[in-house]
Amino acid sequence: MEKPHPYLPNSAPDVKEKMMDDIGIKSIDELYSDVPEELLYTGTLDIPGPYTEWEVRREVSGILEKNTSLLCPPFLGGGVWPHYVPVVVDEIIHRAEFLTSYTPYQPEITQGMLQVIFEYQSLLCELVGMEVGNASMYDWASALGEAARMTSRLTRKSTFLVPSIISPSRLAVLKSYAEPAGIKTVQVDYDKTTGLLDVEDLKENMDDDTAGVYIENPSYLGFIEENVEDIAEVAHDSKALFVVGVDPISLGLIKPPGEYGADLVIGEGQPLGNHMNYGGPLLGLFACKSDPKMIRQMPGRLIGLTEALDRPKRGFTMTLQTREQHIRREKATSNICSNQALCAAAGAVYLSLMGPQGMKELSEVVASRARYAIRRINNLPGVRAPIFSSFHFKEFTVRFSGITVEEVNRGLLDRQLHGGKSLVNEFPDLDETALYCVTELHTKKDIDLLVSSLAEVLEG
Amino acid sequence: MTLRKYRQADWEEPLIFELGREDRVGFDVPSLEPELIDAVADITEFVPSGMLRTKPAGLPEVSEIEVLRHFIHLSQMNYGVSSGIIYPLGSCTMKYNPVVNEVLAGHPKMTEVHPEQDESSVQGMLEFLYKLKSGFLEVTGMDDGTLQPAAGAHGEYTGILLIRAYHEDHGELDSRTEIIIPDSAHGTNPASAIMAGYKTVEVPSNEDGGVDLGALKSVVGPQTAGLMLTNPNTLGIFDENIAEIAAIIHEVGGLMYYDGANLNAVMGKCRPGDMGFDVVHVNLHKTFSTPHGGGGPGSGPVGVKALLADYLPVPDIVESDGIYSLSYDKPKTIGKVHGYHGNTNVMLKAYTYMLSLGGEGLKEASELAVLNSNYVAYKLKELRGLSLPFGEGKWRMHEAVLSAAEMEADTGVRALNVSKKLLDYGIHAPTTYFPLIVPEALMVEPTETEPIEALDEFIEAVKEISELAYSDPEEVMNAPKNTTIGKLDEAKAAHPKTICLSWRTYCTMAP
Repeated sequence: MEKPHPYLPNSAPDVKEKMMDDIGIKSIDELYSDVPEELLYTGTLDIPGPYTEWEVRREVSGILEKNTSLLCPPFLGGGVWPHYVPVVVDEIIHRAEFLTSYTPYQPEITQGMLQVIFEYQSLLCELVGMEVGNASMYDWASALGEAARMTSRLTRKSTFLVPSIISPSRLAVLKSYAEPAGIKTVQVDYDKTTGLLDVEDLKENMDDDTAGVYIENPSYLGFIEENVEDIAEVAHDSKALFVVGVDPISLGLIKPPGEYGADLVIGEGQPLGNHMNYGGPLLGLFACKSDPKMIRQMPGRLIGLTEALDRPKRGFTMTLQTREQHIRREKATSNICSNQALCAAAGAVYLSLMGPQGMKELSEVVASRARYAIRRINNLPGVRAPIFSSFHFKEFTVRFSGITVEEVNRGLLDRQLHGGKSLVNEFPDLDETALYCVTELHTKKDIDLLVSSLAEVLEG
Repeated sequence: MTLRKYRQADWEEPLIFELGREDRVGFDVPSLEPELIDAVADITEFVPSGMLRTKPAGLPEVSEIEVLRHFIHLSQMNYGVSSGIIYPLGSCTMKYNPVVNEVLAGHPKMTEVHPEQDESSVQGMLEFLYKLKSGFLEVTGMDDGTLQPAAGAHGEYTGILLIRAYHEDHGELDSRTEIIIPDSAHGTNPASAIMAGYKTVEVPSNEDGGVDLGALKSVVGPQTAGLMLTNPNTLGIFDENIAEIAAIIHEVGGLMYYDGANLNAVMGKCRPGDMGFDVVHVNLHKTFSTPHGGGGPGSGPVGVKALLADYLPVPDIVESDGIYSLSYDKPKTIGKVHGYHGNTNVMLKAYTYMLSLGGEGLKEASELAVLNSNYVAYKLKELRGLSLPFGEGKWRMHEAVLSAAEMEADTGVRALNVSKKLLDYGIHAPTTYFPLIVPEALMVEPTETEPIEALDEFIEAVKEISELAYSDPEEVMNAPKNTTIGKLDEAKAAHPKTICLSWRTYCTMAP
């Protein structure tokens, strides 16, 4: 390049020359002498730039500005949800000491991050009612895949039962993880009135090969699964493990899985202080009971509390690394290396700020707003919300008649509102149904605007 | 040069659970409007019996300032690229993480967008993702790709699933059962191959650190599904036999997988696609300057040659007349590996970086990364007790692996001790004991973003440690002393009787 780049301090000609002199070369190309000539790339990479800082801000912001502005957060959920991120969370995770550090393989100089992740693991356990949490998985979907594989390793069985009401994306990722390990995924039916898992169908699907039974609470379609103790019993009677996937925001109001027999708890930690970011980075939650056999089979990193060798002082370190790929290679419990540590740190700050009272209040506020929205939407002519009779937390189905979900959503977008996710392709049996989500960010005014806009759209 | 007297902070910071008091809050939850309360009454009344949480979560009760101070204290007990001096951690490419990347990644039209939004409302998002993908395909010389994998190992798993799908499509799923991996490979390679249901076959390195061709020929056959390789390899040496290696694998019907961990050496200089690789993953958190965040999130996009394009995950981002959309039209797809589109926020940082450097700048970044690493290797190998094994007389690429075996034999000071002593100078340790084929390995990767002054400070510190090893080995072996804490009781951390992975467990343990 013509002038030294700010990111490349040794591109200044005198420095570069001195360094080349020191090691005895006349040209940088000598360093690439092992690359066979026919493999040397002689062209110029077709990538625009170099842009100055101001130019790149203009360019990239310009592209982002093409995303539509909405009057209020989208009424979308399903695995990523619009929740408020307190400013303290972003302040902390932007600290350069955290942001620009590597995995804490050198514990003496990275006690800060180690303690943060230990606290994250601990806070997660308190929320879901377990004793051991790992340092994070990529997202809920990959956590589900790893959970299926873990139940199979622990039980030496290879069928994994999941509900029929599950996010098709999550199911697809589960299959990507399960199939190569020879694990068969079977979907259990649901009650057409309540949406709840059909416990009789579950029993029929249980056999000697069942490694795990998985449910989601709240379910993908937003209702609370009530027969949890029966499901746990059915699973445990067959010596299968009971795995529960959660939206952590619900756990201020809803009983945690640790209190109804879950062996493994997974879920999506995004709403714990992480922005939606078009679906990534997310935070795969993963927690289990304090059972040495289970801990040994955990995927991912674990941070442990220990002591200094030279004095009685508490310290933190990555532990049980013999489960991991960098030590165990082909015998590792998982291939995961980089995880979502900074998202976990955000989760730790978030849960610390919220405290028990904050989580309870938030959970209640969210569920109350959703209930209000359900009642108002259900009063619209030709609209039913929700289609199942069970209690819904923050997501709920809305079924339209005489108009398609696509038409409704187009009408809403014209009014700078984003409606619920269409379930038409995912669950064709449910007809023209969409999955709506309401959180603490949707004020009464926002919900009222949605309802009046829906009314306009329905009237045509 | 005088080395600085470093002292890391130690706030003796309590656990967050040990702070605060009853009824204190750190955040005020937005309340309900009175009219809304009137309309819905008490929500707890509607929760099905038995499903109501009766005992609040055992979270701490801390005010905002206490939370802020707690975590800032902890941050000061951590070491980052931007807050340290130099982070020469081999294989991890700890380059500068530009601030402008973070600023743009915080744009509300990035952060507040839901992944299920209608395509028409996320045109900006799809545009930058599409352009980022084109950019990384250009750098790697591949035909198509996916952005879904959330990390390098996730990319490896995806890549191996693509190879598996290819063989399955060609009726060879059951016959091709082996993935070949050199003994110098990252641990993720064999772990990913095994996860995808393969057996792994290890091939030894030759004296130049490259793949031993004779050994490779002896293990390939109709059972070979593919080979996983990084080039330059983990020793930082470019394997000049790469074309022949690719030919050996392709001849038996196997496919070539490129682990992009070391791509920072060769941007604009040579491309995996031209070397004969069929599938490649790139670590955006290494080569494309996105921060490691204390262990993640990363991003591990995968590029493929045309023969694997049909199997890529869905959805794909396509463009027509300037309109971007998501396409699910891939009947042979492996499905999905991530719930959504991958770590999109990380990708925005990588895209910003790409544009900041441009095609020419990326090439210069690689050249300077290689110059920096050779400069450091050249000076370090002259120090007493250190050597640069394998590839005698060969230049290194982006990293170099030194051996402290002689120092260990002479003084008892091991690579680990050298690493720990470096921390006392405020310098992050190199990677130790990897690759496994180098005894007492110290794997050094300075990256192109370190000024010569930082390189010299690192070299000087290693020099002082080498001298100290021969004069006062105990002093080196007792390091570190200037960090927040000294050596830790790793045995206690892992022992079944004393292992403590949460506050809940800690509370049950005797003091």
